[in-house]
Amino acid sequence: MLRLRNGIEKGTIITTLEFSGLVGTASVGAGLLGSLTGLGGGIIIIPLLTLCLGVDIRYAIGASLISVIATSSGAAAAYVREGFINIRVGMFLEVATVCGALAGAYAAAFIAPEIIAVLFGLVLLHSAYLTLSGHVVDGKDIQPNRLATLLRMNGSYPVSGGTRAYNVNAVPAGTGLMALAGAVSGLLGIGSGALKVIAMDRVMKLPFKVSTTTSNFMIGVTAAASAGVYLHRGYIDPALSMPVMLGVLGGSIAGSRLLTKANTRVLRIVFGATIVMLGIEMIYKGLWGRF
Amino acid sequence: MPTSGRSLTDKQMGVLIGALLRVGVVAAAAVVAVGGALFLWANAHLTPHYSSFHGEPANLTTAASIVTAARSLDSRAIIQLGLLMLIAVPLARVALSAAAFFLQRDRLYFTITLAVLVLLLVSLLILGR
Repeated sequence: MLRLRNGIEKGTIITTLEFSGLVGTASVGAGLLGSLTGLGGGIIIIPLLTLCLGVDIRYAIGASLISVIATSSGAAAAYVREGFINIRVGMFLEVATVCGALAGAYAAAFIAPEIIAVLFGLVLLHSAYLTLSGHVVDGKDIQPNRLATLLRMNGSYPVSGGTRAYNVNAVPAGTGLMALAGAVSGLLGIGSGALKVIAMDRVMKLPFKVSTTTSNFMIGVTAAASAGVYLHRGYIDPALSMPVMLGVLGGSIAGSRLLTKANTRVLRIVFGATIVMLGIEMIYKGLWGRF
Repeated sequence: MPTSGRSLTDKQMGVLIGALLRVGVVAAAAVVAVGGALFLWANAHLTPHYSSFHGEPANLTTAASIVTAARSLDSRAIIQLGLLMLIAVPLARVALSAAAFFLQRDRLYFTITLAVLVLLLVSLLILGR
């Protein structure tokens, strides 16, 4: 990675074919790791494109958003039939994430790329913290909540030998956090699945598997909201987005097949350490370097 | 857990949404791949310039102009058409959910879903231009 970056900085001529091949390969890796760790490909493809391949962060954000829509929709297609996704909770919270995403994407035009890079670095460090702390809480018994019941959000999900019912909690707090997740997604071009899962799993007390699948279901809609704004702004370059979208999509499909066999504990540690380094480099370059 | 009529329809809705997402992503990826192959065929030996931001030309930034440009078989416009199709997949999913809630006579969630759909359409057609 380091060698490659130096090579490009020194002005080595690289053709479009070679560049597309490099970006495509990096994207397969990002999609694979993103799906194995549950963090999504966007969070790793943007640092790869900007830090290692010298791509302007605005093009990187456009291409990443596109890949986020592809992987989220592809994964949701599988989950939605298994019955884990709570479509009502998803639809309700999408109002918040879409508003947040539009605000974030709109604000992005008025914020210097260096500041975006620093914010991105902070989100990377936060994701690394979540990955390394390795938290999994399973649905505890939660009393029915008036607002959630009124909104008919309580549901059930398949467990071995039947279904288990659950109640939803803290709708206003969860909705607020979702608006923030949407803004982060719109500003930085990532799915911000980690924040969405926190909102549903820790705040609204949905079962973990329901939270992760419903988050995935929502990510595509959130990303599509900001993608419209970025498309009009000219951030979405077809020649760059092509290898990113196809690569991340392919990598994440392979990742979901491997998921049952892979040692996710070791993977989480390696991935966590990698995004700590990328996060520090993003912040450093944003503050003292050129972006 | 008692299986009510509503949860059965929710399940059918899930199957429909799953099929829509799968077909949409595969179709968009296929168009992007065809456009990409044409693009690489013609531009393989040029030098890419992504280190400074210039923005895309006007014919690649709105839904209507992308469709027009893709008709003339411009490879970059064909890729962009595939990307546009991909952006439309979540929109189609939300529209399908709205239709399903309407059929279930679920007025509350029909309204919520319609609000999301309107926001998405505003983003795709108006904001940022």
